[in-house]
Amino acid sequence: MPDFHGAVASDVDDRGKGGTTIQHGTVRRLGDRVFQALSTWSGVAILIMLALVATFLVWQGMPALTTPADELPYGAFPQFVAPLLFGTIWTAVLALIMAVPVAVSVALFISYYAPRGLAASLGYVIDLLAAVPSVVYGLWGIGVLAPALQPSFVWLARHLGFIPLFAGPPSGTGRTILTVAVVLAVMILPIVTALSREVFLQTPRLHEEAALALGATRWEMITIAVLPFARPGIISASMLGLGRALGETMVVAMVLSPSAVISFALLTSQHPGTIAANIVLSFPESYGLGVNQLIATGLVLFVITLAVNMIARGIVDRHREFSGAN
Amino acid sequence: MATLTRATSASLTSGRLPSWVTGLLLSVAILGSATFFLAVGSPGLLRILFTGALIFASVMMVASLAVEGRRRAKDRLSGIVVTSAFVLALLPLISLVLSVVRYGSQRFDLQFFIYSMRSVVGEGGGAAHAITGTLWVTGLATVISVPIGILAAIYLVEYGTGPLARSITFFVDVMTGIPSIVAGLFAYSVFVLIFGPGTESGLAGAVALSVLMMPVVVRSTEELLRVVPNELREAAYALGVPKWLTVLKVVLPTALAGIVTGVMLAVARVIGETAPLLIAAGFTQSLNNNPLSGPMMTLPVFVYRSYVDQGSPASAYLERAWAGALTLILIVMILNLAGRLVAARFAPKSGR
Repeated sequence: MPDFHGAVASDVDDRGKGGTTIQHGTVRRLGDRVFQALSTWSGVAILIMLALVATFLVWQGMPALTTPADELPYGAFPQFVAPLLFGTIWTAVLALIMAVPVAVSVALFISYYAPRGLAASLGYVIDLLAAVPSVVYGLWGIGVLAPALQPSFVWLARHLGFIPLFAGPPSGTGRTILTVAVVLAVMILPIVTALSREVFLQTPRLHEEAALALGATRWEMITIAVLPFARPGIISASMLGLGRALGETMVVAMVLSPSAVISFALLTSQHPGTIAANIVLSFPESYGLGVNQLIATGLVLFVITLAVNMIARGIVDRHREFSGAN
Repeated sequence: MATLTRATSASLTSGRLPSWVTGLLLSVAILGSATFFLAVGSPGLLRILFTGALIFASVMMVASLAVEGRRRAKDRLSGIVVTSAFVLALLPLISLVLSVVRYGSQRFDLQFFIYSMRSVVGEGGGAAHAITGTLWVTGLATVISVPIGILAAIYLVEYGTGPLARSITFFVDVMTGIPSIVAGLFAYSVFVLIFGPGTESGLAGAVALSVLMMPVVVRSTEELLRVVPNELREAAYALGVPKWLTVLKVVLPTALAGIVTGVMLAVARVIGETAPLLIAAGFTQSLNNNPLSGPMMTLPVFVYRSYVDQGSPASAYLERAWAGALTLILIVMILNLAGRLVAARFAPKSGR
């Protein structure tokens, strides 16, 4: 009775994972073999998909790098991509600077300050921010946020104009790089909050209780027991947020009217676009090598976000192995 | 301050501010700032709230420093900061929902749902073509990505060990961070390669969306399969049930509610994607029920195009854009809520 052996093997091999049980030496049924092959190949298909994305972008983007500059509709590639790359990183970093402190505070509020019974629903409310489609954020950014922020931009430029960041003349529409960064910050806040909350959940409870038992206030407990443990997790959560902000398209495309400049000024109407927004804005009118050039910029974006995400995930995974929490 | 200390200096709670102080100070601060701004003549909800919070924080700090000492004052400050951060995070959500409902309800009528934009100039018209397009594209994306996603998750949980499983897990995580526009470019280049330059179709849009959707499905299904109690599998093995039937008839049904929820959340995530569809599926003014050929309008792209390509009168186009946004938000919220309800209603009973 070969199947009986299979069953025994599964009992012996109980590692709480539910798999890897049927040992060799037993007859494997056709159904088993087909099913295992099917699911394995589905897993491999995902890897192949990622590889295909990279291959196609390289393939279609290559002509933009190899063709002489005077035949390219958007000019030489490095000069074409540099302002866009700058704009992409600059908006994403601005958004990150605004989002991370708020996001971590919100996570602390939900995990440690809010009433226990409410915590889950408060977390759900914050998650709703992530569910709003980006094009709706775009409409809101132009229709509501930009006009609302515009007077404060004028005020900032008048009183703090001596700082290069806030140098004028301020934009008359409020559609500035700072507005975009605010919307991006709102968009990446939920993911940073959710991941930080997950890390806070993994904090050893005994450390927290020990700190409280020694007479620490709630805030001291957080600085002694929670934050040191959670730091790697918060860093990687921020990097995942950065990845989101780098790739965000519609908000930038709708709110900004970009020009090919490299400028740190936050409030003027002269500002760089971003890679993703530029693709969306230029794609409908581009043809021939122009399309290849846009795809090549997409490849640059892909490589950057891939690197950011891989580093972030690497930190999370290493962290997970060392923490005894799960 | 003196009265406060005297009132509380009796017992175990000596040296602490009584609990009603917080509420009292907060309401006094908000009222104070409200009267100030009303008197000055520039009432604005945000201004009043912000100033009120500042007044509250500083008064609270002084009181707490005087009565409770530095450490407790710091603790109170952290509480105030963290709570205001939460309120701050809620403001955009509230503002966004209010404005979408306000501007969107103007054209949220029957005509919006049964008319397309074919030969419509100016007022009138609707998003019927965009809604059917969204159904086609998202439906196809679901059909492509859900089976592969679920099978991959089964591989990871039931079969996977060693480097292959580890790298799949890792790259699935990485894939959730792919910018949506890159997925659009990928689908566009694949279809251009097969069908020639300038090809835009609903199917290309669906391929782009499935690149984005697959990792989400794998992730959520994997999490669900891992919480299925191992005793169930062992019981099935002990009865001589082969492994593949155990997975199909025992493990999957147990996790089914959660998987359905995961799929609904994944659909909610991709249904609002604009950039990849703009590139891969294109845009059109008329109804297209053939996902294999010709551009296909979708709801997010409809919102974007209505905004970007304003004709005359501009208000008609803007109203349609906002009505589209309202429809989109409603769909996403309903999917989210329904997903949570399914999860709560049919959650598997845990073994212990």
